[in-house]
Amino acid sequence: MIRRRPALAWVAAAAAALAVALFAGWWQVDGPGARRPNDLRPLPLSAMQFSLTDDNGRAAGPHTLIGRPTMLFLGFTYCPDVCPTTLADISGWLEALGPAAAQRINAVFVTVDPERDNRRAMADYVAHFHPAIRGLTGPAVQIDRLVQGLRADYRKVPLEAGGYTMDHTASVFLFDAAGGFVTTIDAHEPREFALPKIRRAMGDPQ
Amino acid sequence: MIIFRQTAIAAVALLLPFAAIAETPDIAVDRPWARATIGAARPGAVYLRLRNDGAEAATVTALRTDVAAMAEIHRSSTTAEGVSSMAPAGPVTVEPGATVTLEPGGLHAMLMGLTAPLNEGDRFTLTIVFADGGEIQVPVPVLGVAARGPEE
Repeated sequence: MIRRRPALAWVAAAAAALAVALFAGWWQVDGPGARRPNDLRPLPLSAMQFSLTDDNGRAAGPHTLIGRPTMLFLGFTYCPDVCPTTLADISGWLEALGPAAAQRINAVFVTVDPERDNRRAMADYVAHFHPAIRGLTGPAVQIDRLVQGLRADYRKVPLEAGGYTMDHTASVFLFDAAGGFVTTIDAHEPREFALPKIRRAMGDPQ
Repeated sequence: MIIFRQTAIAAVALLLPFAAIAETPDIAVDRPWARATIGAARPGAVYLRLRNDGAEAATVTALRTDVAAMAEIHRSSTTAEGVSSMAPAGPVTVEPGATVTLEPGGLHAMLMGLTAPLNEGDRFTLTIVFADGGEIQVPVPVLGVAARGPEE
């Protein structure tokens, strides 16, 4: 009897330690301590630092965007499908909002492929879409700062036939005039969902 | 005369719910279009619908065109994190009675190594090759860079 007590204590201690470890694991993975998607919300533009150039050669950074609501899309001009489709969507939304609203919002297309997309390439490309859309490019390190601030992602992928393509976050990011993140519009979201989101970013009554 | 002809074509198109512009006995293709490209260095994309009226599944195994060194069906897809990527779709099978749609943001025929820029208003031929050796020649009109598809 006397000899068994320390053994029981050991078992109890081990069980307690296991319970603590399991609880700690649960807390961090599934419980209240879990990383929520909210932790991955894009930063406000005011908390970002990046220095790019638009297709007209003007400097573009958080300070040039803040003051007006911003609609921002990442892509690349060698993108045959998703990027022109989304830029056509954005053009359609700007047309639906009307010329006055289109002048009150920044609509920017930022390349994640500065190797091929210089200022001239961006100018040639955005010329085919709504005139309010500006094309931004710059050094990769500056683009990376913006992409990290957006909690977005991109990756260069070699093509079997030669050359490469880019995987990239294809959501449209919306910021209010103060630079605060409002929401995203997913690729191919129907217009009836997209327009109210843009109006919300613009602070307009719904 | 030209106006008359266009009206006649429009009238025929209205009469047919699926106005096939190219077909084999079993496969009908309609609504083909390509997006114009800026220069010839960038890849092009072709969209269309394939409908299988036959009793057997039909599988697209290859694409050919004079305007590009290589043509292949690719699929754009988006992960739960919102990251979009593009990869060869492999052989695409159209089941009997089914329609497969190549449309923006999904399946598309990617044209790589263009021999010349695709300019709005151009027209070229895309040959679709099936597993049974059958082929369809599809005339493809080139629409604008910002087009979303042919007018309804």
